[in-house]
Amino acid sequence: MDFQSILFNAINEILSPTTAAYALAAMGLAVHFGYTGLLNFGQAAYMLVGSYGFAIATINGWPFFGAVAVSLTLSLILTVVLGIPTLRLRADYLAIVTIGAAEILRYVITTTGMTNVTGGAEGISGFKGTFEAMNPIPEGTYNLGTIIINEYDLWLRITGWSLVTLVALLLFLLMRSPWGRVLKGIREDEDAVRSLGKNVFVLKMQALAIGGVLGSLAGVLFVLPRAVQPGNYATTLTFFIWTILLLGGAATILGPILGAMTFWVLLSLTQGILFSLVDSGLIEFMTVTQVGQIRFMLVGLLLMLLVIYRPQGILGNKKEMSFGV
Amino acid sequence: MTLASKAPTTLIRTMVFALLSAIFLAGSLALAPAALAEDGTEQTELESNLVVSGTLIADGVKLSGVSVRVVGADIDETVESDSNGKWEVAVPLKADYTISLDLSTLPSGVELVDAAGSELNVKESDWLTSTSTRNFRFVGAAVETTSLTDQILQRLVAGLIFGALLALASVGLSLIFGTTGLSNFAHGEAVTLGGITAWVAGTIYGMPFPVVILIGLAVGALSGFLQNRFLWTPLRNRGTKIVQMMIVSIGLSIVIRYIYLFFIDGTTKSYTGGLSGVIAIGPIRLTQGSMLTFFMAIGVLLLFALFLTRTRVGRATRAVSDNISLAEASGIDSGKIIQIVWILGSALAALGGILLALYRQVSWAMGFEILLLIFAAVTLGGLGSAYGALLGSFIVGILVELSALVLPADLKYASALFLMILVLIFRPQGVLGTKQRVG
Amino acid sequence: MSKESKATQKSLIGDLKPSPGVKKVDPILVADGVSKRYGGLQAIDVAHVEIPRNAIVALIGPNGAGKTTLFNILTGFETADSGDWSFDGKPLRGKAPHLLPKMGMVRTFQLTKVLGLLTVMENMKLASLQQIGERLLASLFPFFWRGQDKGLEVEATDILRRFKLLEKQADFAAGLSGGQRKLLEMARALMTHPKLIMLDEPMAGVNPALTESLLDHIIDLKKEGMTVLFVEHDVAMVRKISDWVIVMAEGKIVAEGLPDEVLKESAVIDAYLGSHQDSDLGVATGRITLPSTAKSTRSSK
Repeated sequence: MDFQSILFNAINEILSPTTAAYALAAMGLAVHFGYTGLLNFGQAAYMLVGSYGFAIATINGWPFFGAVAVSLTLSLILTVVLGIPTLRLRADYLAIVTIGAAEILRYVITTTGMTNVTGGAEGISGFKGTFEAMNPIPEGTYNLGTIIINEYDLWLRITGWSLVTLVALLLFLLMRSPWGRVLKGIREDEDAVRSLGKNVFVLKMQALAIGGVLGSLAGVLFVLPRAVQPGNYATTLTFFIWTILLLGGAATILGPILGAMTFWVLLSLTQGILFSLVDSGLIEFMTVTQVGQIRFMLVGLLLMLLVIYRPQGILGNKKEMSFGV
Repeated sequence: MTLASKAPTTLIRTMVFALLSAIFLAGSLALAPAALAEDGTEQTELESNLVVSGTLIADGVKLSGVSVRVVGADIDETVESDSNGKWEVAVPLKADYTISLDLSTLPSGVELVDAAGSELNVKESDWLTSTSTRNFRFVGAAVETTSLTDQILQRLVAGLIFGALLALASVGLSLIFGTTGLSNFAHGEAVTLGGITAWVAGTIYGMPFPVVILIGLAVGALSGFLQNRFLWTPLRNRGTKIVQMMIVSIGLSIVIRYIYLFFIDGTTKSYTGGLSGVIAIGPIRLTQGSMLTFFMAIGVLLLFALFLTRTRVGRATRAVSDNISLAEASGIDSGKIIQIVWILGSALAALGGILLALYRQVSWAMGFEILLLIFAAVTLGGLGSAYGALLGSFIVGILVELSALVLPADLKYASALFLMILVLIFRPQGVLGTKQRVG
Repeated sequence: MSKESKATQKSLIGDLKPSPGVKKVDPILVADGVSKRYGGLQAIDVAHVEIPRNAIVALIGPNGAGKTTLFNILTGFETADSGDWSFDGKPLRGKAPHLLPKMGMVRTFQLTKVLGLLTVMENMKLASLQQIGERLLASLFPFFWRGQDKGLEVEATDILRRFKLLEKQADFAAGLSGGQRKLLEMARALMTHPKLIMLDEPMAGVNPALTESLLDHIIDLKKEGMTVLFVEHDVAMVRKISDWVIVMAEGKIVAEGLPDEVLKESAVIDAYLGSHQDSDLGVATGRITLPSTAKSTRSSK
């Protein structure tokens, strides 16, 4: 068993750009659920819209920030389409509707009729150009101690985590403000807040929009190191984000970040350990592919245990935890 | 209306229901053994059937009703291609065969690419698996030979079958929601459990169809019992809120689904129960399996309806589903009822899974793929109402199949989901539910 | 009737006789033909009612009379089948509930709705209207709303002190007792600077020592120019502080008048004290007429 490589792989997850993307998506969900009490089970849809919007725009010649703007616009449109009819629904109904909407979107994107635009089931690749062009870091390889990466990867990490930090700061300001205070009230009892003269619907839409924009930005960050593949945006993605959010602490700013890091480190460790056990023949009843499947089992188990025994996660305050109905 | 005058009507109704369900069930079981009466070897494994087959497609259009003749090794058979353009002939040996096309049966406008190539060959050495496929290549668009009405009819029937299948799964979900408030995201896995059981018991161990059904029901019932006993009841007793329980069910569904994947891998398997023969009723073509699916599902559902309305336990179930405190106040042991709901609901879902295996294939995520459709059916009909689930399932089934006429096939499910969203927005209590303040 | 009572009555309804739906000299809230059915039950059937400005009005009646439903309809939390109502002359029907506090109308709830996951002080600050910091963009820059927030804190502190809740200001509201929650809800409502404050059973669950000072607070509200409409069951309290009493039963208004006068009326006594225990309340409200009316025993007061 190569302990060092298992350990290093796990440590690499902490600052990986994918972890940053998940952290961003989870922060969006924190705004939705942690702070406003919206049971959004369609965060995958926001990421999908962000990824595809960016990729398609870039392939069609748009500059980097233009493509990002496309992602954000699509995100806002999704918020309006999703939010207006559904925000008055009861919690578990909203969950079902958002899952349904996310699946519809995925079906539509994948359908063979749309292959010209969206690449159908094959997805899209080759859209890194504009981002690469912005890279100020000189070409070469960089040794970060546990991993050696090239200048693109380094640039990606720096931008990704800077974005996460910036968003964390903004959310911090927001949640400490009177606006954040009203959201917390809405989370607990909408009618009470209404009776005090606040337009609950508009506020929920704002929360949905902000969380959605974060989800779509996460989508852009998510695809920059890889290709856009529709299979990645299934409900499993949403469930991962939920697990990350609940793990870190739903109604906190740092929770999603810590949750994302912890989640991926844990997954990497278990996968690494199991892999070598199977590889070295110490475990005989499993194949290497099956190890990957164990990963998902663990996520499901983690989600269950969190919700039952520690719904406030690592950083959350038990008193503040509210599951509403 | 005195009790005396009411009694005969309810008695008659009961008997009609019982008779109907008996007819359906008997009919479905009658179909099954017929397929197995061939010879000693159970024809449940596709591997033991050697088949020469092919698909006739011209420019993306499927050609049906075209005659194909297969000659060789003591057989000389002519078959017609089905509505998907597929034709197949079972052969006794891995030997040489000649496949010839009857050009007079080709639709007008369609020709072979190579005019001289109206014959294809299969050599003995070509047999790698149990199926040898040869395809002819065509040019020219074929005029759609099936009329629109025929297509609609075919789809309608397919929708009814699919709906019946969905109903088996939906009824359980609706009752679980009604009695415990839980939106059970792991219900799809109960369906998959049935399908996997069918594959293991039927395809691998070659057990006869009725036995497979019984095993499936038992396994489903057991899984429901265990889940309720060791997970849901303790959670309820702890005072866990329904949103929390819903998320737990999501986690559970992930765990179970990947356990399935772990044990049976990601390829699709088939379970035919020996029922792959095609029956034609007018313009509609069905496999025996589909026919069976339909009758069995209807029979069971009728039985279940009887159970809900005529037995004490069934009525108690409806009471608990409607208003649990009131039911308890009238002396009903809600804990027991909930246990029965879980057992029955999971058993029915498993049965649905077996029939889904017949109708489509077996895979680790087969139940999960239709989970949202089940939710759609249940919300359409009215969450918590068993009859609602029935109605909703048929609506969803027919909608999904009919929408394939206007939408591309891979968007079939999307239409049902869209309907579900509309229902939740405009009439969240569904068609049959009572109006409650939602939100 | 004492001289003061006569004067009070004259100021409220002029020379008219007290009767259900009597017009007021200066009404702040007027409702006309409000009705609501739940399935087979007529929950509300109010032909006409007016609430006089700058008075303390009690709305009393047996359980199920429709008092809270009427509150809900007037404040937009429930829809009426028919009817019109207006506040300060401005029509209210169809207005979303969150628009009312800006107009000067605020309500509390029978089952308290304090926000348990916020602190007492946060509850108070939340209630204030026109907060710059509640706008999304402005909220990002504390510079814009810090000052206002500090001012709100000062105001809240003052009110909390009056209501004897100041030591609890940093506690989560969930930790308050039932009676304290009622107080908080009333205190919170005051932060909206209402013209009309509608209290749904403000005294329920509050300990008697506190009730006294609360009654004084309500009287203070009137002194500050507000109108108070409250639902109560405690007849003594009603007698003590209200200027005017409106009695509801079975969705209808059955009596209106000065507290002493109304509480003498047979219909009211019947409703509360049940001299017609054996017959339907509808006899008292006029919904049912019996073939032969037996003379009811009235307790003299």
